[in-house]
Amino acid sequence: MGRYVVRRLLQAIPVLLGTTFLIFTLVYWLPGDPIQALAGDRAVDPVFRATMREMFHLDEPLVVQYGYYIQGILTGDFGTTFRGLPVSTIFEGKFQITLNLAMTALVIEAIVGIGLGLIAALRRGKAADTAILAFTLLLVSIPTLVSGFVLQLVLGLQLKTSTGIDFFPVAGTSEGWRSYLLPGIVLAGTSIAYLTRLTRTSLMETLRADYVRTAVAKGMPRRRVLGRHALRNSLIPLVTYLGADLGTLMSGAVITETIFNLNGIGRQLVDSVYLSENSVVVGIVTVLVLIFIAANLIVDLLYAVLDPRIRYE
Amino acid sequence: MKNPSVDTHLLPADSGTIGTEPLLAVDNLHVEFSTRQGVARAVNGVSYALNAGETLAVLGESGSGKSVTAQAIMGILDMPPARIPKGEIRFRGTDLLQLSEAQRSQIRGQQIAMIFQDALSALNPVFTVGWQIAEMFRVHKGMSKKAAYAKAVELMDRVRIPAAKQRVNDYPHQFSGGMRQRIMIAMSIALDPEVLIADEPTTALDVTVQAQIMELLAELQRESNMGLILITHDLGVVADVADKIAVMYGGRIVENAPVHDIYSNAAHPYTKGLLESIPRVDMKGQELYAIKGLPPNLLDMPTGCAFHPRCPFRQDNCVTDVPALHEISGTRSSACHYWREVLDGTAG
Repeated sequence: MGRYVVRRLLQAIPVLLGTTFLIFTLVYWLPGDPIQALAGDRAVDPVFRATMREMFHLDEPLVVQYGYYIQGILTGDFGTTFRGLPVSTIFEGKFQITLNLAMTALVIEAIVGIGLGLIAALRRGKAADTAILAFTLLLVSIPTLVSGFVLQLVLGLQLKTSTGIDFFPVAGTSEGWRSYLLPGIVLAGTSIAYLTRLTRTSLMETLRADYVRTAVAKGMPRRRVLGRHALRNSLIPLVTYLGADLGTLMSGAVITETIFNLNGIGRQLVDSVYLSENSVVVGIVTVLVLIFIAANLIVDLLYAVLDPRIRYE
Repeated sequence: MKNPSVDTHLLPADSGTIGTEPLLAVDNLHVEFSTRQGVARAVNGVSYALNAGETLAVLGESGSGKSVTAQAIMGILDMPPARIPKGEIRFRGTDLLQLSEAQRSQIRGQQIAMIFQDALSALNPVFTVGWQIAEMFRVHKGMSKKAAYAKAVELMDRVRIPAAKQRVNDYPHQFSGGMRQRIMIAMSIALDPEVLIADEPTTALDVTVQAQIMELLAELQRESNMGLILITHDLGVVADVADKIAVMYGGRIVENAPVHDIYSNAAHPYTKGLLESIPRVDMKGQELYAIKGLPPNLLDMPTGCAFHPRCPFRQDNCVTDVPALHEISGTRSSACHYWREVLDGTAG
């Protein structure tokens, strides 16, 4: 097990190098001059421009620039923005906000998605099943942009004005974990739909398994047959999906963060692309890749917990 | 070991038989499945009886209804799509089909238990074998975890799994095929059931292991005087252990007989075909006999006798008239219009 983890972490190194190089190259090719971007519409002093280009190695070939960047990363230095701020200062607090948001969405997704999926599988072909399937179709059809504003309006504002219940803050992070509820629901929306359908299929398949029939033949109560014998076996594909989805949720939070005014990493990423702050863009992507790799490793280790046939040497 | 939560008036505490009532009696059972293509009639009026200490072999090819009948006895058919429009399954005189689901789950596993064909898929892959055996005691008898595991080890010893104590925490995939089937057996006999149904218990095993498993089943049956229903398509397995045989075809019983009678002289052309298709050393080099044609389509059963399209002795009335189960003697019957001729060897 320990050796397996070490091997997986070593395998992460080429993945990390590859992805950072790719994103570094893409940012390098972005049109526009980052130094000009600092000055807006006004002309830039040629001396200033020359100094900046020298300082940020902008005249060096791509590979050399990348080399400087990796050298910095290895010493824990994410570099400096063209405006003179250390990139790590810009990260401060923002990853935490996006991580909070993504985790909230993941919890909501897991509870609602698995719950609805279980109901649908157990009521296969009945009204509840059809209703849930129709609901998932609705979920994937509504863009985040729409669901975000509608929920903000209905649950955040109208609920408050009509009943006085002020439970869902509509913007910012001042209300602690409750601040993340509405954006969490919005962000989880599409994933809930997929997870519901995946749960439904997985459980229906498990319910047809021979060992479930054995459990019934042993005279086990229905609750135990479902909750113990079937559920654990059908959880395996769901864990895979949830693990991979954490990365998707973190990188896909841009619109949600904008609507709910959350100062997270998604918004920072978009801003930095506009401002050609290459070091920030590459830094954010690097950390996201790290989170992706960690989530996948945890998923693989969870397999072994759920399914004893899987063992890592 | 009767479970106290089963209504005792439903199940008279008698040993073996109540008057002339056998331990388990299937009476005119019909099972059908609704499918997209129509209604598949899997079981069409099957009757058989089983006494304590007796072994009944139910013989037939895939789709003959032998497994479906067993699953109806256990109450593990998926309903729907399955339906039981007619028939009775009496256990100690009580029709199981009239009981509530809660009452039936008290009988399942405790009084009537079942062993399945492929133990690898029939055992849950994510729980240890000890857990799966101990579960019987924990759920049905309310035993503590420790006591239940001790019982599990005891049972694994009883079905002769080597080093049971060390292996109780192993998972099914860590055992060989034969050992897995032993675990399946240990689980099924955990609560001393009165009826044990073994659905092709040796089909997935190799021949030497098959013999060991059959021997084990026979021994366990002698010790506890269980009634054993052995479902198989393997005539070789049957000869050693069965007392009587019911041959099924197209959802009906076509022949009932004590085991020795059937081997010496079959009273139904289908049974005859089955016996002739066993490979024999003295026929080496000659073509192996096979019953011509295919098993009947359950959605579209042949008219008259279901076997007539494949029968070498077919006469005109076989196509139109469904043969009744003719009584030949007290213990034998055959559902063939021409059973006399088949017995004499003068048919065809």
